[in-house]
Amino acid sequence: MVKYEGYPEEMWESIEKVEATREERLKEVMERLSPEAKEELLKKWHPDYRPEGKREIRIGPNEGDLAPNEVVDLLESHSPINPDEIDLSEIDFDVDVLVIGGGGSGASAALWANYSGIKADRILITTKLRLGDANTKMAQGGIQAADRPEDSPAIHFIDVIGGGHYANKPELVRILVEEAPLIIKWHEELGIMYDKDMEGNFIEVHGGGTSRKRMHAAKDYTGLEIMRVLMDEIWNREIEVLEFSPAIELLMDEEGQVAGALLYNLETGQYYVVRAKAVVLASGGFGRLHIQDFPTTNHYGATMDGVVMGYRVGARLRDMDAVQYHPTGAAFPEQIVGQLVTEKVRGLGAQLVNKDGEQFVYPLEPRDVVASAIIRECYGKNKGVITPTGLRGVWLDSPMIELIHGEGTIKRYLAAMYRQFSRFNIDITKEPMLVFPTLHYMNGGIEINSRAQALNVEGKPIPGFFAAGEVTGGVHGKNRLMGNSLLDINVFGRRAGIFAADRAKKAKVGKLTLKHIVKWENMLKEKGIVTDRTAPILLPDYRGEKVLSRSIKIPF
Amino acid sequence: MSLKTIEETKPKLKMVSIYIMGKEYKVPAGLTILKAMEYVGYRLIRGVGCRAGFCGACSTVYRLKGDYRLYTGLACQTTIKDGMYLVQLPFVPAKKQIYNIDELKPDFASVVKYYPEITRCVQCNSCTKVCPQDVQVMDAIQAILRGDIEKAAHLTFDCIACGLCSMRCPAEIVHYNVFQLVRRLYGKYIAKKSKHLEERLKEIEEGKFREELDRLVRAGPEEWKKLYAEREIEP
Repeated sequence: MVKYEGYPEEMWESIEKVEATREERLKEVMERLSPEAKEELLKKWHPDYRPEGKREIRIGPNEGDLAPNEVVDLLESHSPINPDEIDLSEIDFDVDVLVIGGGGSGASAALWANYSGIKADRILITTKLRLGDANTKMAQGGIQAADRPEDSPAIHFIDVIGGGHYANKPELVRILVEEAPLIIKWHEELGIMYDKDMEGNFIEVHGGGTSRKRMHAAKDYTGLEIMRVLMDEIWNREIEVLEFSPAIELLMDEEGQVAGALLYNLETGQYYVVRAKAVVLASGGFGRLHIQDFPTTNHYGATMDGVVMGYRVGARLRDMDAVQYHPTGAAFPEQIVGQLVTEKVRGLGAQLVNKDGEQFVYPLEPRDVVASAIIRECYGKNKGVITPTGLRGVWLDSPMIELIHGEGTIKRYLAAMYRQFSRFNIDITKEPMLVFPTLHYMNGGIEINSRAQALNVEGKPIPGFFAAGEVTGGVHGKNRLMGNSLLDINVFGRRAGIFAADRAKKAKVGKLTLKHIVKWENMLKEKGIVTDRTAPILLPDYRGEKVLSRSIKIPF
Repeated sequence: MSLKTIEETKPKLKMVSIYIMGKEYKVPAGLTILKAMEYVGYRLIRGVGCRAGFCGACSTVYRLKGDYRLYTGLACQTTIKDGMYLVQLPFVPAKKQIYNIDELKPDFASVVKYYPEITRCVQCNSCTKVCPQDVQVMDAIQAILRGDIEKAAHLTFDCIACGLCSMRCPAEIVHYNVFQLVRRLYGKYIAKKSKHLEERLKEIEEGKFREELDRLVRAGPEEWKKLYAEREIEP
């Protein structure tokens, strides 16, 4: 008899154990870990603490700092262009505000620049793939904002800074929490469909590391809903969008201001020169670098281009040593390994259990803690379930949600998750999901100030250079909480748009130059860095080994 | 903790034939269409996006050997089958109307003004049949025609704008753009506004939290640690 259609027979025994212990576990509450116990768990099991995963950066504003090998590889790369071959005298796009990146931060920045008086045809959004092709669209669980009477921005502040291991820039955290309700209001006005109760108040749940229920959601398509409305508004306002044209270097002027970017048409190979009075870098994070070989939840285009380009004009980075692994990536079936299983599943009451059906961690600890506990369970205690392709994982007991909140809750509030697993014959209302940590978020990035200006090695703003969203560092410290990224992109995207508009009204930019790239190449030589690697890499390469090993290029 | 790649797991898997735009390739069974195309050497720029079923970039149309039917799916979420003839449909030419959401009413007239072709719906249900998200597309169009904006908004919430419905529609409706308008009308005008939010915004404007936040920003790690440890957690 086929007991669990979507799971191979060797996994059935463990599922039965999960079912057998479910009723007892419903009454069981795991204790939260003490600060000391958390520290110990992280040190022993979090991938960030594996010394072989990191090395020192040898060049630039962060010389001497540790970062993951995959990050350092790109920071120590050559530019993909030869400045001598680029003609900067012919300008293809001359605008007030250039926004690099078509995700949530970029869209917010463009809209708020427009609201702030910059005409739509004086704004250019350039993006690697299509407008909206970004991690924003894939964000499922929600967006935090302290708007219930039981909650306050101050309580939100403490949650954020504690979750970030007190490494956050406090003035940025303050802005994040204080402007959160304003963002939700903006969204309501735009017509974003948040989940609400009969009175019109938001249905809010917990996320990992929150002390109040403040997760606003639109089913488990929260990011998609936000993104598509922002896109609709960009089209309605006729802001110019250039798709399939990623930035490959920033451009400066003779006074050392950031004054535009060099774009590359992915389909034709042509470059474009953009001159701008203000540049907003909103190009996202690094999931597709597969740090320490982890699979990722991230979009195809998440290749850390912005950090690479910003670093070459002198932007200082921070917290690049801290990588976020989402505790619950799919570990089965093989087709969706690494894809996100939203934290909202735990927010609604599902527990994490090992192969014997035992709980082993309080499910809503901050992400780094839960991820470490799962890795320990699988590789330290050998209590993980092994899949047919040799991966390990633990169970996320989703059927509990229906027992706690009533039948139909999953289909209503976790529609995306239900659909994703149904496609592979797993019914998550009846069967648990197998999960393992997956590379999720770049906690650090380019350091910004409260006006979303990128800072140089001395901590001073680089004129003309604004940044927002995942490409930046400081807001989340060493570990971001669920629901604070959708918030971040709106709060700081908005700020970047407003302050970029402000600058664009006054600033004058001079002759464009790529001298900083010549300087960079000389610096590589001086530091004795020998490599044939170039960056930004724009896209990962997933072609099969055999194809790559027999690949040749001939002119035709 | 090294994670196995497709290459390493290959020997266990049996090989099947797929036909990418008619050309045959042998690939390990069990891959998604997207991973199979990459496995044989495609490096995609179009027809690929989030790789997780949320962005609608990888619409794919296919037939199976010996079967007259035309099937559709997302390349990142569909497992290949032996004898699958496929082509990707990475772009749909579509009309997107320009409107100011602040000037509209949440009714049939607002929608039909911008998208009059919705009245041409012949209820053939082709749209619903091709939807990879199982959205009741035709029902939603019919709801709009009855003036039921709320129903249409909820019915279409899971739409990822892949455009397959619009390519099949004999009435040439661009469903996903119509639905975007409808959902915004619902979210802005029909859904009740949150009172809690209004109250909180007023408090923020009055500066109720300013001093406390000023203090928290200056407090420093020792004080933060203490406050974090003392948090009361809402059950």
